[in-house]
Amino acid sequence: MTPILPLLLLTIPGAEGYIYPNEYELHWSIHIVLYPYLTGLVAGAFILASLEKVFNVKVLQPIYRLALITSLAFLIAAPLPLMAHLGHPERSPEMFLTPHTSSAMAMFGFVYAWYLMVVLLLEIWFDYRKDIVIWSRDKKGLIKYVYKVLTLGVTDISERAIAFDQKACKFITVLGIPSAFLLHGYVGFIFGSVKANPWWSSVLMPIVFLFSAIVSGIALVLLVYVITSLVRWRRISMPCLNKLAELLLYAMIIDLSLEMLDFIHRLYESEESIEILSKMISSRLFISLIVTQLLIGSALPVLTLIFARFGRLPDEMRRMFYFIAAILVQVGIFATRWNVVIGGQLFSKSLRGLTTYKLEFFGIEGLLAAVILLLLPVLFLWILAKLLPPWVPEDQPHDTGHRTREVDLPPGSLPSSGTV
Amino acid sequence: MTNSRPESRSPGMARRTFLQNLSAKLPGLIAFFALAKPGKAGADEPGGYDPEQHNYAMGIDIHKCIGCGRCADACKSENNVPRDEHFFRSWVERYVVTTDREAHVDSPNGGIDGFPALPDDTDILRSFFVPKLCNHCVKAPCVQVCPVGATFLSRDGVVLVDESYCVGCRYCIQACPYGARYLHPEKQVADKCTFCYHRLREGLLPACVEVCPTQARVFGEIGHKSSPLHRFLRFNEITQLKPYLNTEPKVYYAGADGEVI
Repeated sequence: MTPILPLLLLTIPGAEGYIYPNEYELHWSIHIVLYPYLTGLVAGAFILASLEKVFNVKVLQPIYRLALITSLAFLIAAPLPLMAHLGHPERSPEMFLTPHTSSAMAMFGFVYAWYLMVVLLLEIWFDYRKDIVIWSRDKKGLIKYVYKVLTLGVTDISERAIAFDQKACKFITVLGIPSAFLLHGYVGFIFGSVKANPWWSSVLMPIVFLFSAIVSGIALVLLVYVITSLVRWRRISMPCLNKLAELLLYAMIIDLSLEMLDFIHRLYESEESIEILSKMISSRLFISLIVTQLLIGSALPVLTLIFARFGRLPDEMRRMFYFIAAILVQVGIFATRWNVVIGGQLFSKSLRGLTTYKLEFFGIEGLLAAVILLLLPVLFLWILAKLLPPWVPEDQPHDTGHRTREVDLPPGSLPSSGTV
Repeated sequence: MTNSRPESRSPGMARRTFLQNLSAKLPGLIAFFALAKPGKAGADEPGGYDPEQHNYAMGIDIHKCIGCGRCADACKSENNVPRDEHFFRSWVERYVVTTDREAHVDSPNGGIDGFPALPDDTDILRSFFVPKLCNHCVKAPCVQVCPVGATFLSRDGVVLVDESYCVGCRYCIQACPYGARYLHPEKQVADKCTFCYHRLREGLLPACVEVCPTQARVFGEIGHKSSPLHRFLRFNEITQLKPYLNTEPKVYYAGADGEVI
């Protein structure tokens, strides 16, 4: 028998089996990988910050403000890849002006705006208000007027006013937690609700997205904290870093369990798509899913974190391991986003073929543009950190009024090996 | 009311005047907006075309399709679809089922240039051609997901894209289970079959239906007994594509096997 399959394989380079003709080009490119990655960092960093505020995890105090402005910096950058990807970016305001209420993407605009305007900006403003008022009095030159504007005319820093700030801050944080969950759960929903795509269509998608967001956010703040401390020649608070590592580890375990659950569920259901999806995983996604996401990005950092946190190690080495683990986690989470977005387009909806993704270097959809978009939030963070310094002096208690409590932990709340 | 010193008008006075003005003008404004709303029964449509009277759909008879690809070609010409082999509003697939019950599918250049001959010694059980196009779903996922409402279901049952509104986010392309949409490379908007809407409005048939030499494509209306589609649906065993997704597609296939998805 003449093998018929090679005969029917078309001249489409990189394609295998039958794909619909309109599926030749992948419609969502690397920018759409960046977008859930960035929003995940936003939500994760915010949830981390709220641990200090709402759940009174005092040991996290050194990174509270850092987590907040990191969250803001990444939130500002989050819609940029989305905009860069639109065929008609000039029409994007229509998503707000004439939103189509049944569209998950249109509603994301409102969730985003709510999160930016009501939650993050307000919380940061209330938290920094006293400092801003002081800076607007003490600083010289143009920056003085910037702070004056930032006070929004509210210059009262009496004890009563500060007490109100604290209350407002806590209230917004409580409001902010479900908002952060909503923000990233919603990004997951955008994918999870596409019933046409069996790789995406899953009710677990928003939950998996959310937990991977928390993982990536904690790892990001850990990285930023270590790097900024090194650059500023400041001592790193080891209890804080230990706590971050622990939280990262626990979040990763939950995240991994959920991903496994999703995976097993798909296998067990074994729908008609299982064949092509298995083929995709074992061929096109092997490096990015099995090697990068699961081995390098999940298993390795989990082991590193367990070893570093609970092994008997000097602090310097512990820090180094945490740092390496956090970088690996970022690689892993980026791979997660990649595997969802790109993976979801590598197989044909005819369920009969696989295609490939050709990432160009230059051009608006290229690698260079993606790297720039990925570096932008770092630039935003640098500017924000200049404008609203998030640093907590180690040798004196932070004096923004609402955080006069002790930095030290209650005895016994952390293993002694990790405390300074 | 007279006021000798207008410059010293109190805010209360200004408000009163405003309200008075408003109460005088409000009925007029309401009337304006009420009249500006489009009429229900299509009385405003040019040429007496009443979209409410139509519910278009298409039938495709697999037994009759010879895979000549003239429909796909005519579609490109009629609708200025890019000639590139990766953009189609309508295309033709060839299914070859071998004796081991494996189905192999191909569609070189959408079938426009015909199909390469199959080897003689292959154990072929059967082979057939399946024209594909937008299914104009009643519960269209593309309509649901469009963030600005640029894709919509018209009153005459056709799913259309408003080119001047589409932001080019491609969410609709992702949501379409049939691969029927593409991003127009020049216009940067989503594009797909419209049932040749511009022709329908003139009382003409879609271009693909018009050129089909074997009348494998049947165009008509749901609910009109005089429509050829009515007869087609009545005398054939009908299947739809991916019915389990509950999109209620309105392209009906006669003679399509389970392999066709």
